[in-house]
Amino acid sequence: MHSEFAIEARGLTKQFGELRAVSALDLRVPRGEIYGFLGPNGSGKSTTIRMLCGLLTPTEGTAIVLDTDVPGNSKDLKPKIGYMTQRFSLFGDMTVFENLQFIAEIYSYPAADRATRIDALLDRYDLADKRKQLAGTMSGGERQRLALACAVLHHPELLLLDEPTSAVDPQSRRDFWENLFRLAGGGTTILVSTHYMDEAERCHRLAILDHGVKVADGTPQELQNRTGMHIVEVVADDPYAAQSAIHDLEAVASVTQLGIRLRVLIPESQDRPRELVEHALAARNIKATTSLTTATLEDVFVAVTMKPRRSA
Amino acid sequence: MMSLYRIMAIVKKEIRQLRRDRLTFGMIVGLPVIQMLLFGYAINTDVRNLRTAVSNQAGTHLSKQFVAELGQTQVVDIIEFVATPDDLETLLRGGKISIGVVIPHDFDRRVSDRSRAAVQLLVDGTDPTMLGVANQLRTMPIGFDSARSTPDLSQILEVRPFYNPERRSPVNIIPGLMGVILTMTMILFTAVAIVRERERGNLELLINTPLSSTELMVGKVIPYIVIGMLQLALILAVGRLLFDVPVLGSVVDLYLAATAFVAANLALGLLISTAATTQFQAMQMMVFVLLPSILLSGFMFPFDGMPVFAQYIGEVLPNTHFIRLTRGIMLRDAALAELLPDLFYLIGFTLVAMLVAAMRFSKRLD
Repeated sequence: MHSEFAIEARGLTKQFGELRAVSALDLRVPRGEIYGFLGPNGSGKSTTIRMLCGLLTPTEGTAIVLDTDVPGNSKDLKPKIGYMTQRFSLFGDMTVFENLQFIAEIYSYPAADRATRIDALLDRYDLADKRKQLAGTMSGGERQRLALACAVLHHPELLLLDEPTSAVDPQSRRDFWENLFRLAGGGTTILVSTHYMDEAERCHRLAILDHGVKVADGTPQELQNRTGMHIVEVVADDPYAAQSAIHDLEAVASVTQLGIRLRVLIPESQDRPRELVEHALAARNIKATTSLTTATLEDVFVAVTMKPRRSA
Repeated sequence: MMSLYRIMAIVKKEIRQLRRDRLTFGMIVGLPVIQMLLFGYAINTDVRNLRTAVSNQAGTHLSKQFVAELGQTQVVDIIEFVATPDDLETLLRGGKISIGVVIPHDFDRRVSDRSRAAVQLLVDGTDPTMLGVANQLRTMPIGFDSARSTPDLSQILEVRPFYNPERRSPVNIIPGLMGVILTMTMILFTAVAIVRERERGNLELLINTPLSSTELMVGKVIPYIVIGMLQLALILAVGRLLFDVPVLGSVVDLYLAATAFVAANLALGLLISTAATTQFQAMQMMVFVLLPSILLSGFMFPFDGMPVFAQYIGEVLPNTHFIRLTRGIMLRDAALAELLPDLFYLIGFTLVAMLVAAMRFSKRLD
């Protein structure tokens, strides 16, 4: 039984007392892809990842990960997955090399190939000169590279990354994503959670989570094409006044300010979105230029999280 | 299916981390030595040189001879002579002296007819050991005119101290102190070792690996068993060198008993680690076990003299049983076979605590 999906979940639900952290989540992650979880803090990203690797028992629903039932058989799953925690979870009082060695031992990596594998990882993740440095004294980016090296040491089929880039600088993030693409190119399935739009855009496919509910999923392109919204961009000298003028319009779903520009989301049911905005601005004597434009992922995010109870 | 390989990986990691953790490393060696020095030298129930003042109202040759003899016992250290018993009370209240000696003006007559006490001792009763000392002084023979002295009451009962004929406190204290030191370090090290990993997030990483909770627990406990044995050797060596504490029984028996005791404490430490979420909480819980282990185990006060309720609590504590074992083996030359109930209790305690800890320690986060 070899499914084409690395992860297949149905109706996955997790209840913590009163709080429904994840609600009836359906998920299909094709093998060899980078699948993103996009959502704000508390949207259920970590809880879902933890359920998928068997750390949490779902209140309801089932999940099959790499043809294994979780959490029922999660013991068989452990050797096949790599997991990178949100917080740095390696041993700060051990050196880079010692951490890698420990992980190799825990995964029973063949002793004969161990040294070669560790050297290759140190090289690949640019840690060769940090070999003898204590992990606790390294920078955020270096720690993250070490955590990734440890997570992939045993050649996992599936890599679960829980907000891996929340503590690193933009350059490190770019390098990190290059590494992820290289791994995906090698056939590893990657599930990564993030709250950065630019990272979500890099995923092959993503799901947007809001308050434990999946509000949209698909490729970034698909999501941008079916927001159900017109996007009107407004450039105004006094964007604040323009914003309040547009905001009062009933048809407008949302207004977001980006510097002197405003992005206005208007449901597709409106025929003439641009005219609508221009009219409102003219009524208040606000000088501005408007244009219709295509949705960015951020627009998608705004559009779908506005109506949290309906699936996009 | 346990993997020896993975257990060894944990052991290696623990030792590596321990070596870099100077504070813990220092505690392993420093704690036993400092405690032994403190308890061995400071806690001394043979009280000597108590500050004493004398109000000699008789002023006779006999009374002066008595005062001189009192001074020679070394139990008291006469620092002042005052005129009236009221002055003695003032000194007592101010804490300047612990004992006041009142010699009445008819001292000579009282000594000869023996119908009434010849000397009155005013004792600072805030410290119970002082009263004990005062009672000891009561039996002091007044060594004059031997012809007239009647046999003292205390001579009817002869006390023969077995097993510690010189009545040296360290001999009593060190076998018990061994238990206290091991309780403190073993429980603390294991509890903290696991809670620290949870606090630092390491546990979240570990539970996602093929490592099982049993492997993790066993791997974490092994280094500390070795450390416990080293501490025991250190305590025995210091006891021997500084305080001349003997090991009359078999050292093998002693080590067997200690292994059971160390295991019981490690199991208790593991149990605490499953309940505590921070290192601080783990320490608080450790104190909760440590205090009764000092006070109710027979280490400080004779077990049989405690209220029945306190004895029940004491019976639960591993240290109570270990102290019986060590005092038996080290001081009374008892064989382990004669002390089996205590050994079995320790083994049973270990098994139960381990079982509960393993049940509570889940590889899941919920």
